[in-house]
Amino acid sequence: MTEIALDLSEDVTVLRRARRQRLQDVAFRTATLFFAVLVLLILGGVAVALIDGAMPAIRAFGVGFVTTEVWNPVTDQFGALAPIYGTLVTAAIAMLVGIPVSFGIALFITEMCPTWLKRPLGIAIELLAGIPSIIYGIWGLFVFAPFMQSTVQPFLIDTVGQLPVLENIFMGPPYGIGVLTAGLILGIMVLPFITSITRDVFETVPPMVRESAYGLGATTWEVVWNVVLPYTRTGVVGGVMLGLGRALGETMAVTFVIGNAHRISSSILAPGTTISASIANEFTEAVGDVYTSALIAMGLILFFITFVVLSAAKFMLIRLQRKAGA
Amino acid sequence: MNAIYLRRKAVNRVALSLALGAAGFGLFWLVAILWTLLFNGLSSINLALFTENTPPPGGEGGLLNAIFGSVVMTTVATLVGTPVGIMAGTYLAEFGRGAKLAEVVRFINDILLSAPSIMVGLFIYEVVVVRMGHFSAWAGALALAVIVIPVVVRTTEDMLKLVPNSLREAAAALGAPQWKVITLVAYRAARNGIITGVLLAIARISGETAPLLFTALNNQFWSADMNAPMANLPVVIFQYAMSPYEDWRQLAWGGALLITVTILLLNIGARVLAGLGTTRK
Repeated sequence: MTEIALDLSEDVTVLRRARRQRLQDVAFRTATLFFAVLVLLILGGVAVALIDGAMPAIRAFGVGFVTTEVWNPVTDQFGALAPIYGTLVTAAIAMLVGIPVSFGIALFITEMCPTWLKRPLGIAIELLAGIPSIIYGIWGLFVFAPFMQSTVQPFLIDTVGQLPVLENIFMGPPYGIGVLTAGLILGIMVLPFITSITRDVFETVPPMVRESAYGLGATTWEVVWNVVLPYTRTGVVGGVMLGLGRALGETMAVTFVIGNAHRISSSILAPGTTISASIANEFTEAVGDVYTSALIAMGLILFFITFVVLSAAKFMLIRLQRKAGA
Repeated sequence: MNAIYLRRKAVNRVALSLALGAAGFGLFWLVAILWTLLFNGLSSINLALFTENTPPPGGEGGLLNAIFGSVVMTTVATLVGTPVGIMAGTYLAEFGRGAKLAEVVRFINDILLSAPSIMVGLFIYEVVVVRMGHFSAWAGALALAVIVIPVVVRTTEDMLKLVPNSLREAAAALGAPQWKVITLVAYRAARNGIITGVLLAIARISGETAPLLFTALNNQFWSADMNAPMANLPVVIFQYAMSPYEDWRQLAWGGALLITVTILLLNIGARVLAGLGTTRK
C-alpha cells in the first residue's frame, strides 16, 4: 500500500512539473508573439503618426498640395511638387549610374574574379554599404561638389550643353552643388546594395545550367547575358528596386549637396531639393502648425512611394527564392 | 564563320573590360572617401577632441559632449531594441514556421529594414516629442531603437534557422520543454550570429543622423539629462560642416573620421565573429 502511495505522489509531482512547463512554454511563446506583433505595430504606428501629423496640411491644401510648386513659409502656402520632382530626378540619375555599374561589379565577382579575390572584394563592397550617409554628405560637399564645379560641369556645359534640346538639361552656371551632384552621390551609395543582391542571385544559378552553356561554346558574356540574367531576372529587378528605395529616401548625403531650392528647373545642374532634404533642412526651423504639417505630409508621400517600391522589391525576391527552392 | 567568332570574342572582351572597369570604379570611391577622411580628419584628432566640449564659433574645443551623447543614446537604443528584436526573431524562426502571421511580420520587417530613417524621426517626433512637449535624448534613443529592431530580427531569425533541427530534437527527447530547448540550446548554438547582428545594428545607428535631427536635436553644452536635448556626433557633424566657420568644419572632419573608424571596426568585428561561427560548423 505504501509503495503505491509513493508512486502516486511521484506521478503528481511529474504531472505538476509537466503542467508548469507547459505554462512556461505558453508564456514564452506568447511573449515572442507579442514582440513579433510589435514589429507590425511599429510600421502601422509610422503610418498613423504621419497621417495624423499631415492632416492640417491635407485639410488646408487638399490635392493641390502635390500639384503646386509654391513654397512660401511667410504666407503659409505650401506645395510639394518641387521636392517630389527632385526626389524622382535624383533617384533616376542614381539608377542610371548604379544599375550598369552594379551589374558590372556582380559580373566581375561571379564570373571573372580569381577565388582568392572574391572575399576581400565582397567585404570592400559591404564596407562601402556600411559608411553612413553623413560621411558621403560631408565628402560630397567638400570634395565632390568642388570637383564637379571646376571640372565636370564646365565640361558638360561646353559640350552637351551646346546641343539642341540637351542644352535645357545642361544649362546654367556650374554651382557644384545641385541635382546632378546629388544624383551621382546617390548612385555611388546604392552601388553596394544592388551589387550584393545581384551577386547573390547570380550565384543561385545552378552550375549545371551555366556549364552547359559554356560547354556549347558560349563566351563568358553570352553566358551572363543569355543564361544567367534571364534566369535571375526577377531577383535582379528586386535588387534594383531595393536600391531605388534607398535612393528615394536617402536624406543626409542629399541634404549636403542639393542646395535646398524649392523650384523645378529644367537644368540638372541647378540646385533643387528632395522630400527628405526639405524635411531635414526645415523641420526644426518650421514655425506654425501648417508649415510643420506640410513637411510631415511630404514625409507621408515619401512613405507611400518607398512602401510601394520596397514591397515590389520584396515580392520579386520572394518569387526568385521560391523558384530557387523548387 | 571566322567573322562571327571574331565578333563574339570582341563583344566578350569589351563586356568583360567594362565589368573590370566597374569593379575598379566601385573600389575607387571607397578608397577616395576613406583617403579624404584620413587626410582631413587626422589633423583634428588630438586630446582636446576627447576632453573638451563643442566650442562656440572661433573658440577652442572638442567633441566630448557629442561623443558622450552618441555613446549614451546608442547604448540605450541597443538595450531597448535588442531584446525586442531577438524575441520577434525567435517567433519567426521557432514558432512561426509556415504561419501566415510570420510571413506578414517578415515582410513588414524587411520593409522597415530599408525604410528611410528620416520617417522614423518624424514618427518619434509625433509620438514622443510632441507628447512630451520638448526634444529629448529619450526620443533620440527610441528613434535609434526603432532602427535596431529590424536588423536584429532579421539576423536572429536567419541564425536560428541555421541551427540544425537534430539539436532541438535531441534536447526535446531528453524531456526539455520548448522554451528550454530554445533558450539553452538554440540560442547557444546561434550566439555568435546573433551577436554579429547586434554589432551590425550598432554600426548602423552610430552614423544615423536623420532620425536624431528632430528628436534628440543637439546641445552646445555638456548634458547628461535624458529628458533634455543631447549633443550627438552625427548632428554636430552636420551642423558644423554646413557652417561657414573654418574651425567648426575642421571639427566636423575629425568627428566624421571618428564615426567612420568606429563603424568600420564594428563591421570587421562582426565579420570576424561570424567567421568564427561558420568554421565551427
